[in-house]
Amino acid sequence: MNQRAQGYWVVMASLFVAAVLAVLPLPPWLAWGRPEWLALVLIYWCIALPQRIGVVVALLSGLAMDVLEGAVLGQNAFALSVLALLSVALYQRLRVFSLWQQAGIVFLLIGIHQLICQWVQNLQGIGERSLLFLLPALTSALLWPLVLFLLRGLRRHFRVA
Amino acid sequence: MVVGLITADLRFNGLQRTRALIDTLVLPVYWVADIPSRIGDWKETHFVSRTTLQEESERLRRENLILEGRTQQMASLQAENVRLRALLNSSALLRDDVLVAELIGVSPDPVRQQVVLNKGARDGVYVGQPLIDASGLMGQVVDVSEFSSRVLLITDVTHSVPVQVNRNGVRAIAEGSGSLSALEIHHVSATTDIRVGDLLVSSGLGGRFPVGYPVAEVVSVERDPGQPFAQILARPSAALDRSRHVLLVFTAGQAEES
Repeated sequence: MNQRAQGYWVVMASLFVAAVLAVLPLPPWLAWGRPEWLALVLIYWCIALPQRIGVVVALLSGLAMDVLEGAVLGQNAFALSVLALLSVALYQRLRVFSLWQQAGIVFLLIGIHQLICQWVQNLQGIGERSLLFLLPALTSALLWPLVLFLLRGLRRHFRVA
Repeated sequence: MVVGLITADLRFNGLQRTRALIDTLVLPVYWVADIPSRIGDWKETHFVSRTTLQEESERLRRENLILEGRTQQMASLQAENVRLRALLNSSALLRDDVLVAELIGVSPDPVRQQVVLNKGARDGVYVGQPLIDASGLMGQVVDVSEFSSRVLLITDVTHSVPVQVNRNGVRAIAEGSGSLSALEIHHVSATTDIRVGDLLVSSGLGGRFPVGYPVAEVVSVERDPGQPFAQILARPSAALDRSRHVLLVFTAGQAEES
């Protein structure tokens, strides 16, 4: 049992860092393009450890994110759970894809994430009318290689399994 | 389950307690995210030249003198005001107490204009409490956790504040536009006397905000003959995107209610 749960704290620490990055103040002209750090990190762990990280972790970190953003309770939780569900379902295919193919899938996944957030915000009546809300999907996809190498390095170094 | 949660939070207010609990748990995230600006502040206070400090101290001393001079008059003016109000049989104005708080985070979502403060339930902060900075009204508290609270700024699209024109007392409602630099005033008929440059102060109607704090300054008035109402834009007086030290106002009688 102890053998299996090795290095769990690395996952938690990376999620915490992602949350910090997600609330770090940005200048206004950059605010729309803020990458979805938490979603990126979650996708990585879902692909790397699908038997351990999944919908439940996504749900809990999504709830934390909702409170951090002051969003409707459940907005990020819902979006991230869907994201985790899809990446756990796709992990076998994603692992053999080339880097930029993966980035393409990440673009789609985060696009879906943004779309769900947008729906919930529209229920609340504060959604953005233009397609600007899809910009984070693009920036996140561009950052995917960086996140991948960083987290893979961490995982190998700490032998997270 | 999540869909249920979303509806519950949208339609009812029963989740305040849960939200406050999670808020207390995730506070370290804001605390860590605030470290860079803390370092910036620290650098500003520790690495300044002697002459700058001297100049600043000189300037502050001058400012203090001027302000003290004004306060001397204020005591007698206040007494006079109370007398006149007594003559008019209207209720006395009470001085408001304030609590100094520090900004520790802003909402990462560009469609929400919210900030997080480092004072919470432990310091007596309550939901609905008004927030001001040195130059005007900023917003009101919407969520309170143990050590922090979340404030909705007056420029959020879901926020409105009752105001009146300082010059002539015309009442209106200033609604947030979603941009930090503009408030919109709707439903003011085209013949109303509002001009560019007018100062809008909080009117105290609605009982949420105290009377007389500056809210915004009118920057444009458009009167289209085809429209029943004038289109008015105002710029908030408070430095919504710059203030770090802010004041939470305890209005008399409201703190005990909630």
